[in-house]
Amino acid sequence: MIELRDVRKIFNQGQHNEYAALSGITLTIEAKRVTALRGPSGSGKTTLLTLIGCLARPTSGRVSLHGRDISGLPERFLTEIRRQTFGFVFQQFNLIKGMSALENIMLPAYPTGQPHAELTARAEALLERLRLAHRGNARVEWLSGGEQQRVAIARALINNPEVLIADEPTANLDTALAKEFMAILESFGEEGRTVILTSHDPLVVESAAVHRVVNMRDGLLVEHHD
Amino acid sequence: MKFWLERQRHLIDFTLASLARRKAKNLGLLAVFTLLVFVLASVMLFSHALRHEAALVLKDSPEIVLQRLVAGRHDLIPPGYLDAIGRIRGVQNTQGRLWGYYYDSVVKANYTFMVPPDGGIEKGTIVVGPALERERGLAENNGISFRSYNGQLFSYTIAKVLPRPSELVSADLVLMNEADFRAFFTYPEGHYTDIALSVANPLEVRNVASKLANILPDSRPILREEVLRTYASMFDWREGLMLALLSAALLAFAILAWEKASGLSAEEKREIGILKAVGWETGDVIKMKLWEGGLLSLTAFLLGFVAAYLQVFRFNAPLFEPVLKGWSVLYPRFELVPAIDGLQVATLFFFTVFPYMAAVLVPIWRAAVTDPDAVMRA
Amino acid sequence: MNSRPSAVVFTAVGLLALAFGGVFVDAAWLSRQRAGDVSEMSALAARLGLTDLALFTEARYTRHPSQADLHSAFQDHPLALEHFPSGSLITPPRHEILVRATASPD
Repeated sequence: MIELRDVRKIFNQGQHNEYAALSGITLTIEAKRVTALRGPSGSGKTTLLTLIGCLARPTSGRVSLHGRDISGLPERFLTEIRRQTFGFVFQQFNLIKGMSALENIMLPAYPTGQPHAELTARAEALLERLRLAHRGNARVEWLSGGEQQRVAIARALINNPEVLIADEPTANLDTALAKEFMAILESFGEEGRTVILTSHDPLVVESAAVHRVVNMRDGLLVEHHD
Repeated sequence: MKFWLERQRHLIDFTLASLARRKAKNLGLLAVFTLLVFVLASVMLFSHALRHEAALVLKDSPEIVLQRLVAGRHDLIPPGYLDAIGRIRGVQNTQGRLWGYYYDSVVKANYTFMVPPDGGIEKGTIVVGPALERERGLAENNGISFRSYNGQLFSYTIAKVLPRPSELVSADLVLMNEADFRAFFTYPEGHYTDIALSVANPLEVRNVASKLANILPDSRPILREEVLRTYASMFDWREGLMLALLSAALLAFAILAWEKASGLSAEEKREIGILKAVGWETGDVIKMKLWEGGLLSLTAFLLGFVAAYLQVFRFNAPLFEPVLKGWSVLYPRFELVPAIDGLQVATLFFFTVFPYMAAVLVPIWRAAVTDPDAVMRA
Repeated sequence: MNSRPSAVVFTAVGLLALAFGGVFVDAAWLSRQRAGDVSEMSALAARLGLTDLALFTEARYTRHPSQADLHSAFQDHPLALEHFPSGSLITPPRHEILVRATASPD
């Protein structure tokens, strides 16, 4: 479904602090599967995630989605694809303070111009599913870590994307909450959503919910596990 | 279309939520902005309406007023002048006028004493302006004494008070009989203060004035168009107080805009990054910010302008009274006829709303066009 | 989540816009109402031959700005620069030089 061909990413090109995050990745991500990227920090897994999710463009190489090359698209189209296809859960959650949980969840759908009532209904349904319905109107800064993460997940799902991308999802959670997260992940896997995540938490990588683990080191893939 | 509308509404929802997070600061901003518009609009409306009113009121003043100058200063019109003018073609009427100033030490006010051209004032009586009625408590049939400049005391009875609505031109007038006037000021017989001429054809006025200057070289003719021009340039923005006010307003506005334009806090940068990461285009971010600037400045403009209108025309400009009154003791009470110059209003609108919107946009431009992947890295 | 913020703001701005429009309507109405005063003043000015508004009564020469000569301000004292507040509001009139030069400058 998502194909990467000899993808490289170099930051600060031409300057004294030039840094190659990815040095040639060729990878195919299968649809409807949970794929985990594993590797130490600095291995380039977050960068790979941003390229897969259309948050950035590769310095060289090609990224294609459903056989369609997206690495060369102009920003407008890239944003639209990103909005429709991918949902992001950031490691730091990156929720907007001062706004309620519901408002944060609906945020990615604002530019689509769908009616307010519809969006609210969808957001409430998502909260319901994640067992947070009673906290919909609470300001996000008043929520606990686990609640915030669930809001972040709901936000990622508001546009009903095919792919959910999560960066170090259990890094800020204790074991109980991490297990809860994996359970949610499993339900996603069952309903046929593609999930790509990065982690070096054995709880995640060795979980039954993960179908495939991709190992990385120093900007390159090392071996494939299935 | 429906989608576009809904989309803008969503953007507005977000920007308002964003503004509400710093309620105090943004309300303060709105207040300052509104005040600025209020002051500018008040001055604009007031001066335009007053100029307009002056033009209306003085449109029938004498076509030519002839003064005599001696060593560059006003002097009396001597006997024989009127005859010297004789019959100039185009002049319908030549009238010697008698008027002067009197300083009343009781209330420390200056009055304008005048003999009406058509007479009609009985000897021993005077007709006074409404401000005198107010300041000195005069009414019909009251008596009043004035001490003339040579120390003599003269007494008069008030025959009538001029109507209140005419205060703007008649506030300090004291109309008297010619004989009384000459006696009071010891005005030499046959002399006049100046001469008023009426000319039927407006195109002829200049010619007549030239002829007068020829016949009477020490005279100075003042044309009605010059009178009107004096009042047309009243409160010109290039003059003293007005310039100071305008400069202050511009400075305040520049500070406001600079405050807005001087960069983004880390929090704001992060927010924009998040918006882009979750699927907002650069265009969406920019539109959202434009709404923020636009709504704030539009509200400030509308509020400030409406308040200015009410202050000037419905409450009779209490804020301007001390400015105009200056050191005067007598000040006319008048209700201006509202005259609004649409061009001025439009100019005020364009020079408040759009620069502010631009100022809001400047700092976020950078952040808005940056790639969202920086957010992941945070 | 009660009313949307955008709805509140639209109402507020809408009301203000109405007030703004109302200003022009009120201006027209007041004009008609006060027109009577203006014609009364105009008639009085014509009858008495008045040339100035009675706005600045603080000094003799500020009272009739259109009639004042350039030297009036100095009549008290050669160095008596403009010291009345109304001087900062209204300037001495600019009288034109006639086609033929006059004996006294203006």
